[in-house]
Order: sequence, then C-alpha cells, then structure tokens
Amino acid sequence: MTDHPTSPVPAPAPSAVGGAAGSPGAAGTAGGDTVRLSAAATAAAIAAGELSAVEATQAALERIAKVDDTIHAFLHVDAEGALSAARRVDERRAAGETLGPLAGVPLALKDVLATRGMPTTCGSRILEGWQAPYDATVVSRLRAADVVLLGKVNMDEFAMGSSTENSAYGPTRNPWDTTRIPGGSSGGSAAAVAAFEAPLAIGTDTGGSIRQPAAVCGLVGVKPTYGGVSRYGLVAFSSSLDQAGPLARTVTDAALLHTAIAGHDPLDSTSVDLPVPAVVAAAARRDVRGVRVGVVRELSGAGYDPGVRAAFAAAVETLTELGAEIVEVSCPHFTYALPAYYLIAPSECSSNLARFDAMRFGLRVGDDGEAGAEEVMSRTREAGFGPEVKRRIILGTYALSSGYYDAYYGQAQKVRTLISRDFAAAYEQVDVLVSPTTPTPAFPIGAKVDDPVAMYLSDLATIPSNLAGGPAMSLPAGLADGLPVGIQIMAPTFADDRLYLVGGALEEALDDRRGHPLLDEIPAL
Amino acid sequence: MSTAAPASALPSYDDAIARYEPVIGLETHVELGTVSKMFCGCATAFGAEPNTQVCPVCLGLPGSLPVVNEAAVRFAVLIGLALHCEIAPWCRFARKNYFYPDMPKNYQISQYDEPLCTNGWLDVEVEGEIHRVGITRVHMEEDTGKSLHVGGATGRIHGATHSLVDYNRAGIPLVEIVTEPDVRSPEVARAYVDELRELIRALGVSDVRMEQGSLRCDANASLRLRPAPGEPDAPFGTRTETKNLNSLRSVERAVRYEITRQAALLDDGERIIQETRHFDEGAGRTSSGRSKEEATDYRYFPEPDLTPLELSAEYVDEQRAALPELPAARRARLIAEHGYTARDLVDMRNAGVLDLVEQTVAAGAASPAAARKWWLNELARRASDTGAAPADLAITPADVARITVLVAGGELTDALARKVIDGVLAGEGTPDEVVAGRGLAVVADDGALTAAVDAAIAGAPDIAEKVRGGKLNAVGPLVGAVMKAMKGQADAATVRGLLLERLGTS
Repeated sequence: MTDHPTSPVPAPAPSAVGGAAGSPGAAGTAGGDTVRLSAAATAAAIAAGELSAVEATQAALERIAKVDDTIHAFLHVDAEGALSAARRVDERRAAGETLGPLAGVPLALKDVLATRGMPTTCGSRILEGWQAPYDATVVSRLRAADVVLLGKVNMDEFAMGSSTENSAYGPTRNPWDTTRIPGGSSGGSAAAVAAFEAPLAIGTDTGGSIRQPAAVCGLVGVKPTYGGVSRYGLVAFSSSLDQAGPLARTVTDAALLHTAIAGHDPLDSTSVDLPVPAVVAAAARRDVRGVRVGVVRELSGAGYDPGVRAAFAAAVETLTELGAEIVEVSCPHFTYALPAYYLIAPSECSSNLARFDAMRFGLRVGDDGEAGAEEVMSRTREAGFGPEVKRRIILGTYALSSGYYDAYYGQAQKVRTLISRDFAAAYEQVDVLVSPTTPTPAFPIGAKVDDPVAMYLSDLATIPSNLAGGPAMSLPAGLADGLPVGIQIMAPTFADDRLYLVGGALEEALDDRRGHPLLDEIPAL
Repeated sequence: MSTAAPASALPSYDDAIARYEPVIGLETHVELGTVSKMFCGCATAFGAEPNTQVCPVCLGLPGSLPVVNEAAVRFAVLIGLALHCEIAPWCRFARKNYFYPDMPKNYQISQYDEPLCTNGWLDVEVEGEIHRVGITRVHMEEDTGKSLHVGGATGRIHGATHSLVDYNRAGIPLVEIVTEPDVRSPEVARAYVDELRELIRALGVSDVRMEQGSLRCDANASLRLRPAPGEPDAPFGTRTETKNLNSLRSVERAVRYEITRQAALLDDGERIIQETRHFDEGAGRTSSGRSKEEATDYRYFPEPDLTPLELSAEYVDEQRAALPELPAARRARLIAEHGYTARDLVDMRNAGVLDLVEQTVAAGAASPAAARKWWLNELARRASDTGAAPADLAITPADVARITVLVAGGELTDALARKVIDGVLAGEGTPDEVVAGRGLAVVADDGALTAAVDAAIAGAPDIAEKVRGGKLNAVGPLVGAVMKAMKGQADAATVRGLLLERLGTS
C-alpha cells in the first residue's frame, strides 16, 4: 500500500481544464469578485503578481465583516494575524522566493484544532477563553504552507452534532437559506466557504462532520483515510474515528488543501508513515472511463428524500455517460453502523472529555474556598458542558461499565470489523463506492433539536467510512427544492486519490451540464 | 463499616499462624529510569522544581497525544525476561478511567487484559530455603502527579485548606509486577521485595529507591485455616490490600500485623471485608481505606490513541542476550569461585560493598577473604562514619587490592594498613606512595628491633621474671612497649617471638 495508482484506469493525457487557474466563473480580482475566486485561482493570481496576499486577505476580512453577522460562521477573527501572515507572503514573493501552491490563500479553521495566538473553544463553554500553548500539526503545516489563517469557526460542541446548533456560542446559518442549518459538526467551516468568507476551511469528521455540511452547503468535503492526517492538536471527540480534512468549492482546491495537511507525524502514533496519495494529479485527470463504481444498495432506499435520490441518480447517470461502469453492491452490515457508532463514539468521548475538570485549564465553577476538588470538578462540568455532550458522556460511561462492556462496546467493535469486511468484499468488485451523502437537504434550524435520534440519522451514509477508516468525499450533486445535496464517493484505505479522480471528472461534467458551478446559484446575501 | 480493629485483643503472631495459613500476593510498582517520560519527551529527574518537567502531553492538554517511549518498553521487557516471563508478541495499552486531581487526563494509560509479560517466577531464599514466587504479569503504565496538601497538621488531605499538584511525576514510566498468591509468610514477602529490588538494580533499569517512591509495594493478604493432616487445603479467604509500603521493614511488619488482625476477626466469627488498607509506620498498624464494594469501576478499554505493540521474536532474543548476570547466578558464582558463604554475601550486599569486593578480587587482591575483610570491616565503617556510600570513598578497588597484598607479604601489619588507608583517603597517593611518604613499612629486623626488645626487658624486670617463670601470657606489656618504641612499624607476632626467645622460653 505504498504508491496508489488508480490502476483500473487507462492513463489518459492530462486534461487541459486542470491546473492552478482552474476555477471557472470568477476571473476578476477586485473586491467582491476576489472572494469568489477558488483557492487555486487565488494562489495563481498571487504568484503572478496580479493580486497581493494582503488584498486577498483584506477582501476575505471585508466579506466576513459584511455577512458574518447573518451567517455566524466565525467565533474568532484574527485580522491582525491574518494580515501579517499575508504581508510576509507578499514580501517573500517580492524577494523572488518561490511560493507554495496555497501561499497567501485565506482559510477558516474549525475551532477544534489547538492554535497558538487564538482561542480554541471547541464550541464549548468549558474552554471559553482558553488559548492553546501549542499548534496542532495541521495548523503548523498550514502555517508552513503560507496559508493565511483568518480565524476560528463555529462547530457543534466538541464536534457532537449534525447542525452546529449544539455550539455554546449560537448556531451558524446556511448561506443557501439562513433559516436552515449548515450541517455539522463542521457547520462553521462549510458556511464560511459557501458564504465566500474564505475559499478554504478545515473541518473534522468523526461520523460525517465534514461531508454532511459540505453536502448541505453545496461544497466539496473530504474525510481522508484515518491516519492520513495527523490528529495531534485536534481536540479528541472519538480518537479512533476523528480525522481532519478539507472543505472547498472545487475538487482541485480540496486536493491542494488535503496535500498541505496530510503526511506522517511522529507526534501521532496512529498517523501512518506512507507517501501522501497523489490527489492533486488525480483531481486533474478528468477521465473515469473503465472505473468501476459501486452503488451501495443499503445507502439509497428508504429514509432518503426523493429529491436527494433524484439528484444522486442523475449524478450516477452522468458517471455512466463518462464511461464508468456502474454496479450495485450490497454491504449488509452497514445497517448496524449507526448503532455501533453511537456506542463507540460516546464511549471514547466519555474518556476523552474527562480531562475537562477545572484543574489545569478552562472554566472553573464553584471554587469558593469551601468546595473540595471533586465538587469543583462536578460543578464545572455541570455548567460547562451542553446537553448533547452530557448525553454522550453518560451513554459512553454506561457502555463501558463493568458488566455492560461486552454487550455494548465489545459488540460494537465486532460490528466495526464486519463493516470493514463488507467494504473489503465490495472493493473486490469495484474501485469506488457511491451513495447520497445525506438522507435530506438542510433542515430548518430547531427542527430536530428535541429529537436526537432523528438528528443522528443525518449521518446514516457517512458513518461506515469512519468505522472502517477509509476515505470519503462529498461532492455537490445538484439541488433538491432549491437546496444543495451531495453525492458521497468512498474508496479503500490509502486510496484517497480515487475520490479525487472520480470527483474531479464528475464535478466537471455536472458543471458543464449546468453551465456553471452549483454555488453560482446561491442567493445573494 | 468499622473494620479497623477486632473486638478482642490481637492474638500473638505465633498463635495466629499456628492455626491459620497466610496467603500473600504482592503488587510492586517500579519507576523506570528512562531519560524521558513514558509518552512524551519530558525529563524524569527526581526532585526538580514543581511543574518544570511538563508539556502538553503529560499535562493532558486538549488535543495532545501520547507516543510510546521505546526505552521504557525495552526496560519492561528486560524485567519480564529476568523474571522468566513470556513476552507477548502483541499487546495493547488500555485506559483506566477515574477522576483524581493529580491525574491529568482523568484516565491512566495502563495495560489491562493484554499485558506485556506473563507467567514468570522469582526464587527467594529465606534461611537457606528456596521459595518460588510465581509472577502473574508485568505490565507498563504511566505514573500520576503528586498532590501536596497544605494547611493541615499532617500533610494529609484531612484538615488541609487547599492542595497543590506537581505534575513532574505525571507520565513517568512504571511497571507493575504482580505475583501469584504464593507467599506464605511476612519474611518471604519481605525477601521477595528485596530480591526483586536486587534484580531490577542489576538490570540497571531503575534506581529502586523505596524511600523516594521509585519502588512501591502493595501487599494482599488473607488467612485460611490450616488443614487437618490428610485434608485438602481450604479455599482462599477474603483478602485485604495494604497500599504503598515504602520500606522492606514495612512490608514485613504490615503483613505481620494483618495476619494477627485478621486472625482475631476470624476467631470472633467475623468476616473479613475486602478493602484497601493503609499502614501507619509509627503505630505499626493498618487502618481501613476504601472498600472494594464502593470502589471505582475503571471502565477499561483499549487505548485508541496508541497502536498495539508488536515485538518480534528477534527483538526479544536480542534483549535476552543483553541481560546482565542476575543476582542469583552471581551469588552462586561468588560462592563457588571465591568461597564466600551466603551470609557473607548478604553482609557485603547490605553494606553496599559487594561490587567493590568483586572488583578488588579482580584487581589482584591477596585473597577473596582479604578483600571482603577490608571492605566490610574497615572501609564500610569509614564510609558510614562520613555518611557516604563505600563506592564514593576516595580509594579504589585496585588500592585495596594492593594493601591486601602488602599485608599478606608481611610488609604491613593490619594497624599499619589502616594508616595507609588514612593516607590514601587523605589524598596522599597510592598505597605504595603513602607507605613511602609516611615511612610505614614494617621493620622486620635486627638492630633497632633487637635494641627495643632489650630495652623493654630492661625496663620491666618484674614482668620479664614472670615470663621466664613460665607465665607466657604476661609478655603482653613487653610487646606493647616494643611496638610503642617502634612506632608501630613492627609486626606484633614477630616482636612476641623475639621477646620469648630472649627470655629463654621459646
């Protein structure tokens, strides 16, 4: 599993559409147009001297100032830090240095990554005001790539949720319809990119938290292979499932960001020491002739909105027209993915979140000089965690308890193995699997807050990839009742390049058919 | 839940063990002497300023992740091999979940049902008898921080106004060594810990200083009725666990106390409550701690932040080949090669001179017995007078070897040899340089000595007369007079012979 050629594909000549300036639709460089540029186009303009990094950053900051009161994607904007990082890029360009492929491009960071010089709240009261004394590996790699960090964006508290309504700092709104949720838990990341506040964002995905917001905001979102991107500095929700990844407006942009953050990190024992898959080249290939695509029977029938199914069917039809071979495959154990996930993730979270105890950092409540340490811990956790986080801590504590472990956590791990076997069997027949990303488009804010199980169903199709570790992408498939829906592409572990190969070709074909990128249809804010 | 003491007076220990058989198992925590911590690069030095050897990982800051210290794994493997354990080709870490302020993550990374080493043994000798103690398991884990309770009278949490936590110790690598319930007496319990300490010291993987907490012992003890002749053993009784015993003596005393305490309860028809207990060294008694019935459910599960540990057979073989000579083998060799007794070895080890004696023999000492004698009798005493370890004295095994050779050759008397040692310790040079510099060689002859003998006889005619009359033991004062006149630089036996010869009695 070292180099990952997309072997089944006959090697075509690279498409002329690829390359750095591959963003259609927005060639201008001034004001409102600048923020609509893709990351690749922004970087190309900066490298060519047509746009300065400071101008690009300034444009993003102005856009944030204009629309974020409505969207509420950002929890913290670091204008000064962003501008000074941009200035350094411009100085280095002026000095004749060769810049990286994302140098000077603004980016929004999900507030779950430890970041020096900014707060890291995880969307929780319990970390209000906490500043990490170190950078997550993802953050230090972004800084090393000269990406401009605009600030931290909103999320469901500790990444637990599918709507960003579980943030202690208020919900984020979907730029397509501000009465609706932007998905979650990386809702701030998706909303920031869809609202043109940033061309790129980092999200994290434990059960679909990158792909589901990407789908409902009309973006490309990728969960890389588990172990492909370092988790060092990613505040853990569920250690064996969490993975950071890109949100972007184009497949190429996602590939560039994926490449910038991926690769082995000795600080994370679960990070794999393998070459980063050649995702940028795969995104540029635009040829899926002979690629075998499996439609997962268990992820397309009942429970999926008709509009979602129609857009998905149209996208699959497009793949057929592009020369891919479509097969239906069955993954019978996917039915058990959701219940297994809701044992494993809460179990790990009940342990991971134990450290929030008021002793060394973060919120401290009730330290009145009389209360003992245990009492202060208890009061702090009572006040500092929101209801969904408490629910999952209690679920997980129960599932791990002596006498219940085998029936719950142990059994869920067995299901996980069966799901991995389903994937392995499927990949003997096909190169990638596809499904709708979510069962429904974005739902109205407040619609599911009182029904946790209905909320959990949002991740029905995305959870299997987290349990098995393989990579998965959500790509805009079309609109259902005016709202974006996504198609999910899944690939075997460490074959992330296949996502970009299929995603790149499909994106181009769908944009061509439509005559423009889906995001061009987003209402003006 | 009063379990502190039985209603009636405690029986004597001898009375208790006449009727009950103690069943004892030991859990020993050893801090490994790695340069850095178990899961991060922080230093491990003892006694640093509080919270100066910490980082995001060992403080459990959000987002930080552990990475296994390979040296700690190697040290644990060495311990397992030295204890004749099987080394697991595949094992995992697990999280042990419980809340405590000195536990940064509120879980401890440990091992649970998949430990590194299992199924070994250690032989322990007590009064010439060998006791084989089974080793259930050796597993790796991280240490916790240390709480300091301020404002109370005792430094204990009771009565304190507030507490401070030092996380320097958090994340220091530990191994926990668990025995089978094979031990049947407090003496063997003590000897086991003693032997284990020697073994680990010989491996060089820990400084095993009980007083600094780098070796800590918990003792599990229960009683069962001794079976009548021909009857099978009774099942094990309910056990208690006495925590944090920090000296060999405490191990023995605490177990001995538990035996009498439990015997008294059983005599009264009461049941033993399974619980942890604390040993009060001053009072020599244990007292109730936390009852197991209200104990925490640790909710162990495999540590998802670490990949399983896979050790190849080649790796384990390499470590086996790297094992140094272990204490039991060394003792056997020293007895066979040097003619020491087991008692000699215990004395030399307790005095901290065993290595030095061996080096002295290797450096050409006149005999192993002479090397032992000078280190054990003379140098160990001088070291303890100054509060130093014998190894820290300013005299080398080669120096001591040379002195034993000079004594054996008659060139120094014991008394003169002590003066040579004075000189070496005072920095006056090698033994030969001190002999020359201080003029300490034995005067073997003739002129001066003969004159001194004659002068002594002349100076005490009454004593001389007694000796001539056959009272040979009366010669002592004359020997003393000659030695004084010779300023000690004569051999007393030679002087005695000369005197007796001159007085016509030899």
